[in-house]
Amino acid sequence: MSKEDPGFFESAGEEEMNRGPEYVLRLFVTGASSNSVRAISNLKQICEKHIKGNYLLEIIDVYQQKALAETEQIIALPLLIKTLPLPERRLIGDMSDEQKVLRGLGLIF
Amino acid sequence: MITSNKSLPKTETGITGLDEITGGGLPAGRPTLFCGAAGSGKTLFSLEFIVKGATEFNEPGVFMAFEEKAEELSVNVASLGFDLDELQRKKLIKLDHVHIERSEIEETGEYDLDGLFIRLGYAIDSIRAKRVVLDTIENLFSGLTNQSILRAELRRLFQWLKDKGVTAIITGEKGEGSLTRQGLEEYVSDCVILLDHRVTNQISTRLLRIIKYRGSVHGTNEYPFLIDDEGISVLPITSLRLEHGVSSERVSSGVPTLDKMLEGKGFYKGSSILVSGTAGTGKTSLAAYFAHETCLRKDRCLYFAFEESPQQIIRNMRSIGINLQEHVDNGYLEFNASRPTLNGLEMHLLTIHKMVKKFKPSAIILDPITNLITVGSVSEVKGMLIRLIDFLQAEQITVMFTALTLTTIVTEQTDEGVSSLVDAWLLVRDLEFNGERNRGMYIMKSRGMRHSNQVREFVISDEGLSLVDVYLGPDGVLTGSAREAQQLMEETGAVLRTHAVTRKDREIERKRMVLQAKIESLKEEFESVTDELNKSYVEEELRKEIMEKNREQITQKRHHGDINEPGSE
Repeated sequence: MSKEDPGFFESAGEEEMNRGPEYVLRLFVTGASSNSVRAISNLKQICEKHIKGNYLLEIIDVYQQKALAETEQIIALPLLIKTLPLPERRLIGDMSDEQKVLRGLGLIF
Repeated sequence: MITSNKSLPKTETGITGLDEITGGGLPAGRPTLFCGAAGSGKTLFSLEFIVKGATEFNEPGVFMAFEEKAEELSVNVASLGFDLDELQRKKLIKLDHVHIERSEIEETGEYDLDGLFIRLGYAIDSIRAKRVVLDTIENLFSGLTNQSILRAELRRLFQWLKDKGVTAIITGEKGEGSLTRQGLEEYVSDCVILLDHRVTNQISTRLLRIIKYRGSVHGTNEYPFLIDDEGISVLPITSLRLEHGVSSERVSSGVPTLDKMLEGKGFYKGSSILVSGTAGTGKTSLAAYFAHETCLRKDRCLYFAFEESPQQIIRNMRSIGINLQEHVDNGYLEFNASRPTLNGLEMHLLTIHKMVKKFKPSAIILDPITNLITVGSVSEVKGMLIRLIDFLQAEQITVMFTALTLTTIVTEQTDEGVSSLVDAWLLVRDLEFNGERNRGMYIMKSRGMRHSNQVREFVISDEGLSLVDVYLGPDGVLTGSAREAQQLMEETGAVLRTHAVTRKDREIERKRMVLQAKIESLKEEFESVTDELNKSYVEEELRKEIMEKNREQITQKRHHGDINEPGSE
């Protein structure tokens, strides 16, 4: 799970598919670096726990798509972009601080 | 020019003057830090480095902006003639704007700046860049909070740039007590250049100083630089050595009578001439005549006017018989009029430098230098003029300064303290006498030639300028109408004297004639006496002869008579 092909959509809530997931997330990582691995597993855990079945997570390896770094304004990695629901939010780091991740996703205030 | 150290490879920046003071450019393949306060020109320096690299040295460059957007940059530098869009299309440069906003970012644990590395690496590879600018990377510190990560990552970044072999410029905002806010100078240790923007008396001067340059000698002074429509020019100012060539060629001052005071030939070519005097003594007129003369020789002349507009000067000079407009039209004369307060001194110096390089004049005029005092202290003005004279002498350009002296007392120094620097110093002063003011001029000094020590009256008329001998009368020096009166008197005297002389001549002639006549009559007398004497002498002779003859006859007769007629006696 640490490395996904770009554009691969992983849907975790099949029963919700008909109306589409509420959360659209994109996680940018760099290969199999320790930060990346931790970020993916931490994020998955949080999503499964709080928004199970209601999210779409795309994991992108920036090494594979270097041009994305510029277009997506990427500096620090790992980077999670919450595209939906609006407003768009950016979270960086290995997602180890669950409170901050939840706040970033708009799940707590 | 500092001789370059061959052991350290350098990358030419292409920025006028910077390569000279760094001895060839920035260290090749290493990062250089440009630091300075906001608005000190960091971005422009780095951008010009990239643009010149792309256009002049065939070295493509990546410009990563952390402050300004790429579009904004393009617009901002379009005024300097840089077409960033075009260069981007040609793949000679790559602009990348890094947008980072703390409020949009939540930090959720450990992270690194791999994104930046990938992004930069990709940009470098895509155009095979040799040059990189990170402007201003410190903005990362305002976008991200974890300082220890940032510092470690920056250290890694600079090392990475070195490994990549790109010549990089990192810009950093000046911090309190340190060169940059985040102490970037710790990471970039090869070359650090400080930019400064100083305002004194409401006039700003941009300055550049090389703080360190590892493995290379470099100029250590503060060098002023100018940002104008042609980009940046740094001025490598002081030529410390006095070894410029000299010419013994002479140039006319434009006033024949003044030339006469200077061995009849005028000034040396490439010398510096100071004309000082109180207000309204004709300094500008002298300068204009000099300009006129230069143009008549079909040499170029550059006229820096700090007081009057070109039109004003042209109009005023027409009233004393010279038409400067035609020289302007022919391209021999160029005016540059600006208020001294437009720029700082260094800027003026730079402007002069640039214009001289462009126009290539053989003479320049600064009228007047006194006004520069308003933008700098005496010592600063002096410093500037020293550098200017150095530069002009190296270029063999004759320069004429005019200076207003504020006091009528003649001192050995001008107010700008430049009198010791110049080669020739003409002083024009008012001579007030008999209810009128007249101008007197003399040559205080003129190096390397015999010059007149006389005070001359400096006359400005419709026909132009001329110098007239002043008259020394019983009441002192006479000028103006008093001089004219004296002149008239002397002329009258002369006529009278001539008259008297002719009369005496005639008298003598007459006397001579009388004498001659007397001599003649005496001669006659003498001749008649001689004749008389001769006559009696001849008679005597004759008589003697006749008597002799008679006696002979008688004697003969007697002998005959003895025979024929005795006793006939």
